[in-house]
Amino acid sequence: MNTTPDLAVPDPQFPIVLGLDTFGDVTRDEHGQLLSHAQAIRNLVEQGVQAEAVGLDFFGIGEHHTPDIPLSAADVVLSAIAARTERIRLGSAVTVLSSDDPVRVFQRYSTLNAVSNGRAEVILGRGSSVDSFPLFGYDLQDYEELFDEKTNLFAELLKGGPVTWHGNTRAALVDQDVVPHLESGPFPAWIGVGGSPQSVIRAARYGFSLMLAIIGGSPQRFAPFSQLFGQALQQLSQPARPVGIHSPGHVAHTDEQAFEEFWPHYLAMIRQVSKTRGFRTPTKESFTREIGPDGALYVGSPETVAQKIAANMTTLGATRFDLKYGMGGLSHDKLMSNIELFGTKVAPRVRELLG
Amino acid sequence: MISAAHTLPSPRLAVLGAGRVGATLARVAAEAGLEVSIAASGDPAAIALIAQVLAPGAEPRWAADAVRDADVVVLAIPLHRFPAFDPGLVAGKIVVDAMNYWPPIDGVQEMFDDDRYGSSEIVARRLAGSTVVKAFNHIGYHELESERLPPGAPDRRSLGVAGDDPMAVASVSAIVERIGYDVVAMDSLRAGRAFEPGGPVFGAALSRDEFALAVRQAAAA
Repeated sequence: MNTTPDLAVPDPQFPIVLGLDTFGDVTRDEHGQLLSHAQAIRNLVEQGVQAEAVGLDFFGIGEHHTPDIPLSAADVVLSAIAARTERIRLGSAVTVLSSDDPVRVFQRYSTLNAVSNGRAEVILGRGSSVDSFPLFGYDLQDYEELFDEKTNLFAELLKGGPVTWHGNTRAALVDQDVVPHLESGPFPAWIGVGGSPQSVIRAARYGFSLMLAIIGGSPQRFAPFSQLFGQALQQLSQPARPVGIHSPGHVAHTDEQAFEEFWPHYLAMIRQVSKTRGFRTPTKESFTREIGPDGALYVGSPETVAQKIAANMTTLGATRFDLKYGMGGLSHDKLMSNIELFGTKVAPRVRELLG
Repeated sequence: MISAAHTLPSPRLAVLGAGRVGATLARVAAEAGLEVSIAASGDPAAIALIAQVLAPGAEPRWAADAVRDADVVVLAIPLHRFPAFDPGLVAGKIVVDAMNYWPPIDGVQEMFDDDRYGSSEIVARRLAGSTVVKAFNHIGYHELESERLPPGAPDRRSLGVAGDDPMAVASVSAIVERIGYDVVAMDSLRAGRAFEPGGPVFGAALSRDEFALAVRQAAAA
């Protein structure tokens, strides 16, 4: 290799894509009262519409099944956004494919693709929560086989035409016509990877693009994964495919404002999660590190966030960045302001920095 | 003080598992100058690319070959695969258990669902022909790479090494030191329960004194 090994150069054949992902956490009203699930979902539709209005390329919703994140049917919400938008791409972020039926996932997103005039996408993965496994009767210990078989089947379905497939995790398909048919080839499909090298290889083998989910620690450490993906594609004689980054953050007018708005909710969220998962509770110091240049969080003014996005896209050879915005407790208004700043200030600045 | 790392011959390491933890361990061990091989459950060709890109310097091999030539074997497979792991494969070897039993993340497992024992004690009981040492389980795989510091550096992070066999603990401690961490050694696998998820040092960046204090306080509580 004649370039610096730590630097994976973005492939110029792929356009820069800047978007937003959300889990759709239930927010609170101006009196601090939690909104109903129904109201939170209606607000989410408004956020998706806002994302297009401010010029963003993508809006994604992650599947969850908990009272504080009731977005179990993201595709239905995306369809509502599709009906009120014209240009923005809409997708899952992520679909927990291991505990779903690839045929149904294909059907739902092929339907979204039809409704939206070809704007559907999926990011397939496990996500960081595991609630869907017991809910749908799957054993977490079968996770690898489930994910491997189901991504394989999903790749077959995306090719269009009748599918023949055999495996251990769902009924076999023989020459099965799965509808609705794709109108103009496969819709974009990504695999979300949080650090598993096998997942990177799997994405390359089955023809998916690579979404690096970087939610803690130094983003630079993912550079070898971009390289692994590129070399695996080459070795498997697959065409080049884009690499994206998904990371959490919050944009406000100033660094201080973003810090003050985000930190208490982030602390409360990790505190909650750490009760069940044994995570360490962050300190102000560790949080400051995470929002700095060597951390995974994008919290700050538009300029701070744009600089960090551009730097990490370059380091990781990524042509796409999805900011995972929102956090339980942040109000709908603050989220709308975040979306506006991300679309009108951050995204143009990132494009400028990337030249 | 002379570090053990400078007085012992360079140990040969076999890493079993080429996932997040295995690949990272193989990389940092190779960068520390150790002779490292890495193996998954099957043909080394299947992990050749992972080894080449993520753990340059570590040789992908069949597990049996890697273990045969190693002084120390690191077990970095998903814990749910452990019940099917062949104890004969590592008989007679020092085995580092880098695995965790973490039900909220990985689900409940019958073999480990017994709070009278630490997960490494259960691993040791099954690997009766091996000498089991608990290490590397309480630091995140990404931190394992980014937090290495040379000996004597202020703020050098400490990792725990626990086992019933003092010689084996010393061998593994030398490897940990050489990779870039201070060591707090514990003289039994039972004491190593302090390193488990939810325990006082799990995921915590602590100096040697802080680590030792945290473990002592937890034991007294």
